[in-house]
Amino acid sequence: MSSAGLDQFARRHIGPRPADLEQMLQAVGAESLDALVGEVVPSSIRLTRPLDLPEAETEHECLERLRAIAAKNRPVRSFLGMGYYGCITPTVILRNVLENPSWYTPYTPYQAEIAQGRLEALLNFQTMVSNLTGMEVANASLLDEATAAAEAMAMLHRISSRRGNRFLVSERCFPQTLAVVQGRAEPLGMTVEIGDVATADLPDDLFGLLVQYPDDSGEVIDLAPMIARAHAAGVTVAVATDLLALTLLTPPGEMGADVVVGNSQRFGVPPGYGGPHAAFLSTRQAHVRQMPGRIIGVSVDAHGTPAYRMALQTREQHIRRERATSNICTAQALLANMASFYAVYHGPDGLTAIARRVHRLTRAVARVLTAVGCQVRHEAFFDTLRFGVGGTARAARVEARALEAGLNFRYFDDGDVGLSLDETVTPEICGAIVGAVAAGLDVASPAFDAGAVGEAPAYPEALARRGPLLAHAVFRIHHSETEMMRYLKRLERRDIGLDTSMIPLGSCTMKLNPATTMVPVTWPEFGGLHPFAPPDQAAGYAQVFEELEAALCTITGLDAISLQPNSGAQGEFAGLLVIRAYHRSRGDRGRNVVLIPSSAHGTNPASAAMAGLRVVVVACDDRGNVDVGDVRAKAAEHGAALAALMITYPSTHGVFEEAIQEICAIVHQQGGQVYMDGANMNAQVGVTSPAAIGVDVCHLNLHKTFAIPHGGGGPGMGPIAVAAHLAPYLPGHPVTGRSAGEAIPAVAAAPWGSASILLISHAYIRMLGATGLTEATAYAMLNANYLKARLQGHYDVLYTRPNGRVAHELIFDLRPFRVSAGIDEQDVAKRLIDYGFHAPTVSFPVAGTMMVEPTESEPLEELDRFCDALVSIRAEIQAIADGRADREDNVLKHAPHTAAAVAADTWTHPYSRETAAFPLAFVRRHKFWPTVGRIDNAYGDRHLTCSCPPMADEEA
Amino acid sequence: MYPDDRKYTKDHEWVLIAGDEAKIGITDYAQAQLGEVVYVELPEVGRTLKQGEIFGTIESVKAVSELFCPVSGEVTAVNTALADQPETVNTAPHDTWIVTLKVSEASEGAGLLDGAAYTALLG
Repeated sequence: MSSAGLDQFARRHIGPRPADLEQMLQAVGAESLDALVGEVVPSSIRLTRPLDLPEAETEHECLERLRAIAAKNRPVRSFLGMGYYGCITPTVILRNVLENPSWYTPYTPYQAEIAQGRLEALLNFQTMVSNLTGMEVANASLLDEATAAAEAMAMLHRISSRRGNRFLVSERCFPQTLAVVQGRAEPLGMTVEIGDVATADLPDDLFGLLVQYPDDSGEVIDLAPMIARAHAAGVTVAVATDLLALTLLTPPGEMGADVVVGNSQRFGVPPGYGGPHAAFLSTRQAHVRQMPGRIIGVSVDAHGTPAYRMALQTREQHIRRERATSNICTAQALLANMASFYAVYHGPDGLTAIARRVHRLTRAVARVLTAVGCQVRHEAFFDTLRFGVGGTARAARVEARALEAGLNFRYFDDGDVGLSLDETVTPEICGAIVGAVAAGLDVASPAFDAGAVGEAPAYPEALARRGPLLAHAVFRIHHSETEMMRYLKRLERRDIGLDTSMIPLGSCTMKLNPATTMVPVTWPEFGGLHPFAPPDQAAGYAQVFEELEAALCTITGLDAISLQPNSGAQGEFAGLLVIRAYHRSRGDRGRNVVLIPSSAHGTNPASAAMAGLRVVVVACDDRGNVDVGDVRAKAAEHGAALAALMITYPSTHGVFEEAIQEICAIVHQQGGQVYMDGANMNAQVGVTSPAAIGVDVCHLNLHKTFAIPHGGGGPGMGPIAVAAHLAPYLPGHPVTGRSAGEAIPAVAAAPWGSASILLISHAYIRMLGATGLTEATAYAMLNANYLKARLQGHYDVLYTRPNGRVAHELIFDLRPFRVSAGIDEQDVAKRLIDYGFHAPTVSFPVAGTMMVEPTESEPLEELDRFCDALVSIRAEIQAIADGRADREDNVLKHAPHTAAAVAADTWTHPYSRETAAFPLAFVRRHKFWPTVGRIDNAYGDRHLTCSCPPMADEEA
Repeated sequence: MYPDDRKYTKDHEWVLIAGDEAKIGITDYAQAQLGEVVYVELPEVGRTLKQGEIFGTIESVKAVSELFCPVSGEVTAVNTALADQPETVNTAPHDTWIVTLKVSEASEGAGLLDGAAYTALLG
């Protein structure tokens, strides 16, 4: 290999070394890597030419180029507000959380025993949100404030005693929130009215209303009378709010709100030109089962020790499908954790000090603005001012002067100017702000004096917060950097991330999250941009988007991309709305049926329901393939009502179905469109494509195939790719971006979703190039077929192609052991923890099975260790089946074994401590100790606790 | 064999009718399929239900199932003890009633399954 080859990123990304290839091919019985791909993928859909992508860059070259691109973003200080604020990420959190693979590589905490660290952090987040908002329960984050508001609307509809479909939104909500709420309401048959919530009529068919506090123009008013009036009429109320303001203001919960939402970004998470950051939603205990999203709860483990886990999962789409509370699954766990740590680090006193300082500077700015002749519109405010400068012409002059000074203010259509201050603002910056306004108005620039305002706040005394603020111990201890660093490390060591071992979760694609791709995310040129900054300040981002869109078009073979959807599920929703808009544009208003195979991800039917479409389930045959006859029959039956087919390819069963083109053709013949769930795109890149199989629209889980880390349960990104005839309908955005006549409304708060993490996928593609990407796909297939070759004598593989090949993942059947040994998939999952592994996906897509996806990044040695573990577990199961081990008291039923259990003075099990903790030699060399034993899920759901225990119960 | 003191539905509810009062619960088979029950959502007392209508949901750790009303009537009581001890549905399914109804259509009971027919249904 040449020295040029040695610095190629593909060599770092792909696990098996060139020297391992021969041995692995022999094990799987293939002539060559290309021959294997030929056996995995039907020849009719193979791409015949290499992907037309720019040549691969080395990691160093990529970073150099990105530095140049970053320099094209202009560093202008934004005071635009609207839910996004400047903030200071405490460096102890930046270094130990955001830039730390132990925090960003883990998966959603389905295996709670090896996720206690981030579960505790998420519980802190819920505790923080419920306390600050004055509510009883909060979830573990949502995608962004605007979608959280839309979720609140749907939730109010469920809990309201009124049966109507009308929803009233205050005209003083953020514009992006209005747009997203309207977009979500329409397909559900709801009508959104925009008006003054304090005075509007409350007609009989009005079920709820939404108000912003402090509002879009910054005004703070007492919501209690308005909420009381609504409740008296049986109307429910959601409040969108700001966490920093709530450290000083009466929380919405105390004013009677039913649901509270908002964005936690300003708690230490960079704006990132739109994200990612964690939105939140809190409510009353009585409504907890109607709450969308993941909820962390407290339960106990097998030893009676308190332990955390995800609660009430039956509300979610993987169980309830089209009847789920929402399609949300991946949310913003990493960013929720950052926000919770920000509160832990600053504590209640630190947070209020920050808020008081921001408020004081805002008052001081207001005072000077008034002095130079501006009309500050509201007397009661927190950090946001709206003021008149005497017309649009003067506003334009202010804008010019502000830009010269490197300052972005907000400019309203009526000539008013707005600004929101934040914790990064100093008296000097305030001086520059008032100086720019004065210069725009041609008046002498007054001196800025933060001390010129008294202590009295600029909101009514009655609205000052009185209740306890973050009284839980965790928010009062970790205030020195040493304490904080140790707390973060203590938590991270409880979890298995990709920094520990392989995470073989089928359908999740837990591949390497390359360090190089992560580096630019926190550069201030990318991280610091406000999502609504003028486009000419974001030329660097524009170039990244353009290059990424072009690459994704090439990879999918489709024609246009929307980078807006903030998760795979949101991509599904957006894609279905695009299909719906297309049909409607042709006068085809009756097309409302979506065919969905029974094996589909639960998000598919949940998204279809949100898009106002009717789900018709299509059967699968014995081989796990979609039943073509059933597709034909149901497509014909629904004919003119057929909107779309949603299909995952290769299938959720891990197989490239032969009939895919025929299936797509059947749907097209009936006038339907084909939506492809991109969850398994990692098996397609460079070898086939959505366009090659006949797909019209697909989403791409950038956090699966394109290397964005899972963050312990988010962020994710789910851009959609569409064929040319659907391009006009891609989502618009009210503040920036395209908003043409045919575009569907915005589906996310920010025009390019979580823009800053698009950098990761962009760099990943640039560094692999066409050859590396295609090679990665081939190695993903090789690794999966290698696992099959090594394990098929021990476990039955459920589905393969007729030639015995699986795609990039495979399902092992554990159901026979239930009868033979009383062992189920959970026992195997938990026993794998004793061997140091995260379990594969259990019971999806088939109950009682385990789906394994190794990805291309895992080296041969790790694959072998994983196989050794599963072979050893198989022998443990056999010992039970043969009567050599007890059916109840055995290593599987008691797994995972904690250090405390193994080291206890008493040991009553018939197997040895050594067998429990060190079942194989490699485990001894590298032992991961779970901190809790098997968690009792039923106990937690029966005794629901979703916030930190009260102080007395906590360890210090 | 399921006891003949009551009737069963093919949705796995049981109904025990005495005079015009009907007690309703779920069968042993149903609780075993659901697994550990964690929550039972109950209807309001006074609500009128038609035969076959959904009157609540029952949630386990891994599944959620709707409850279908075996006979028409008005809800006279709901088992509020289930809020604290939903697990009694698992431990004593046939002794744990969920709602009681004042039956409005006495003839409907005849169309339900007896113990032998329900046992046969389960195979």
